[in-house]
Amino acid sequence: MKGLPPVVITAIVLVAGFAICATQYPNIASTRVVGNLLTDNAFLGIVATGMTFVIISGGIDLSVGSVIGFTTVFVAIAIERLGIPPWLAFVAILVICAAFGAAMGGIIHLFDLPPFIVTLAGMFLARGASFLLSTESIPINAPIYSTVSDFALRLPGGGRLTAIAIIMLIVIAAGALLLHLTRFGANVYALGGSRATTALMGIPVGSMTVRIYMLSSALSGLAGIVFSFYTAAGYSLSAVGVELDTIAAVVIGGTLLTGGQGTVIGTFLGILIQGLIQTYITFDGTLSSWWTKIVTGVLLFAFIALQQAIIVLARRSVLRRAGATS
Amino acid sequence: MTLKALFAATATAAVMFSLPAGAAQLTVGFSQIGSESGWRAAETSVSKQEAAKRQVNLKIADAQQKQENQIKAIRSFIAQGVDAIFLAPVVASGWEAVLKEAKEAKIPVVLLDRDIDPSGKDLYLTAVTSDSVHEGEVAGEWLAKTVGDKSCSIVELQGTVGASVATNRKKGFDDVVAKHPNLKVVRSQTGDFTRAKGKEVMESFIKAEGGGKSICAVYAHNDDMMVGAIQAMKEAGLKPGKDILTVSIDAVPDIFKAMAAGEANATVELTPNMAGPALDAIIASKDKGTVPPKWIQTESKLYTAADDPQKIYDSKKGLGY
Repeated sequence: MKGLPPVVITAIVLVAGFAICATQYPNIASTRVVGNLLTDNAFLGIVATGMTFVIISGGIDLSVGSVIGFTTVFVAIAIERLGIPPWLAFVAILVICAAFGAAMGGIIHLFDLPPFIVTLAGMFLARGASFLLSTESIPINAPIYSTVSDFALRLPGGGRLTAIAIIMLIVIAAGALLLHLTRFGANVYALGGSRATTALMGIPVGSMTVRIYMLSSALSGLAGIVFSFYTAAGYSLSAVGVELDTIAAVVIGGTLLTGGQGTVIGTFLGILIQGLIQTYITFDGTLSSWWTKIVTGVLLFAFIALQQAIIVLARRSVLRRAGATS
Repeated sequence: MTLKALFAATATAAVMFSLPAGAAQLTVGFSQIGSESGWRAAETSVSKQEAAKRQVNLKIADAQQKQENQIKAIRSFIAQGVDAIFLAPVVASGWEAVLKEAKEAKIPVVLLDRDIDPSGKDLYLTAVTSDSVHEGEVAGEWLAKTVGDKSCSIVELQGTVGASVATNRKKGFDDVVAKHPNLKVVRSQTGDFTRAKGKEVMESFIKAEGGGKSICAVYAHNDDMMVGAIQAMKEAGLKPGKDILTVSIDAVPDIFKAMAAGEANATVELTPNMAGPALDAIIASKDKGTVPPKWIQTESKLYTAADDPQKIYDSKKGLGY
């Protein structure tokens, strides 16, 4: 039941926020808006799942936004200019992304470098590479794109559960299972708790680090594919700054930035909160959209303060217990 | 308990608010690219004014230069059930899925200022844009008329290389110059649409043309570069607006200030009022079922010193340019 209290708080914030928005704009409480929230944030949900693993393990991955951008351009060029069948392009890009993540994880472990610096380099590398491929937005006209974007389960009330929203929900469910029910997941928590202890426990820290960053980059690649479905185009400037939105969602979702605590479901709620703020601002129509960033910033502060409070309280209770036994 | 109360409150409010709102006030959602330039900020404020004039409730979503934000905004406009959607697309491709949704929901979409890929042609009602080739022509024609039969060497400050606006404004101007054998573009370089670069390039033109004595006119693809060029001419001891004629495009407030001081001659307006014609098209189609043409071209109006530049400067400076 690690990290449960912050998740509950995140859930309360989301429900309360939704209720407040709905009292002001009744249309928000419709399946259409809920469907939109899932569709519009599908790519974010997928990258954020990977980011949750990285942050729980005590790391950070700044390269995710650029990897999404690179993926959209790669897929567009492979399908439209080189005539490669879409499924093959998807497999190829997922392999490339996984290798890219593995390389970053390997460097972090081998040279004992801070993940911040290594993934920052990865971020510039991937963004630069996508500009090298093309600086223009390339439309993708492959039939599978219109099939996927036309596919949607109709919800009562005019809402649509689109294919990309379904992909995100599957990724989140799978991510939650992997994190909470497998040995791999348990090792991720252990790594975030303390690297040295983890090594002493006989867990292969190196291969864990490689696999965690591999997972994050592969999910960024998948998010990039989803993003290309979303816009039916590949553009080297797409998903700029998404790494920061993602980290914010993970933290608002109750994951400890220092590692060792967190849940995938919390991250999902964090994504929905950000999406809700954005929806509210468009519904209002007079507020500057930069308020999204401001409210996210305030929430972020609140959650970091909350986490610190929890850590302090936990320490105090440990001390008290230690005092009682001695 | 409190949660239950909250939900109850939500439900009551939902019933209250969902009652049909007053008569037939139109609500229009406008997905704006951002506020990257003064012109765009002015477009946003003019759109608000035009909507207020027609008693239309305009909801503006600033996309901060991101297509994903624009798609989100359009989806949420559809969810709100607005009467029409205005879109200033940040890129040309990738709109089909979301515009199809708008079409399914029977919400007309009007493109403002920029067009999208031809494959999306049947997904929008009309596009309100200016014709940048025509802007170049208007500038060229003014110069041809002003110079008359005298021979005239022109230096040109181009916009950012490869930008379609720059290519088109050059083409329009060149077309006119080609028809007048006494006009000749002697030097042409990019000033990147910026004031600093415009000044720098003009300085090198002046040096290359023997202190600027042989230059008869300057054509700049935007006013900002011209403002820089005017500075360069003054520093070289030349009298812009008298020794050397100037013509540029956009009609930003600062060029009117220069015009009022007699240092600039003419500018062609890229009107920030794209929403006005778009609103008229929507209102006409709602009221009378009129189908607007697929392309509504905005007027490329020429302004010279004869148009009371000081007054125009005063009216424009508050728009956010």
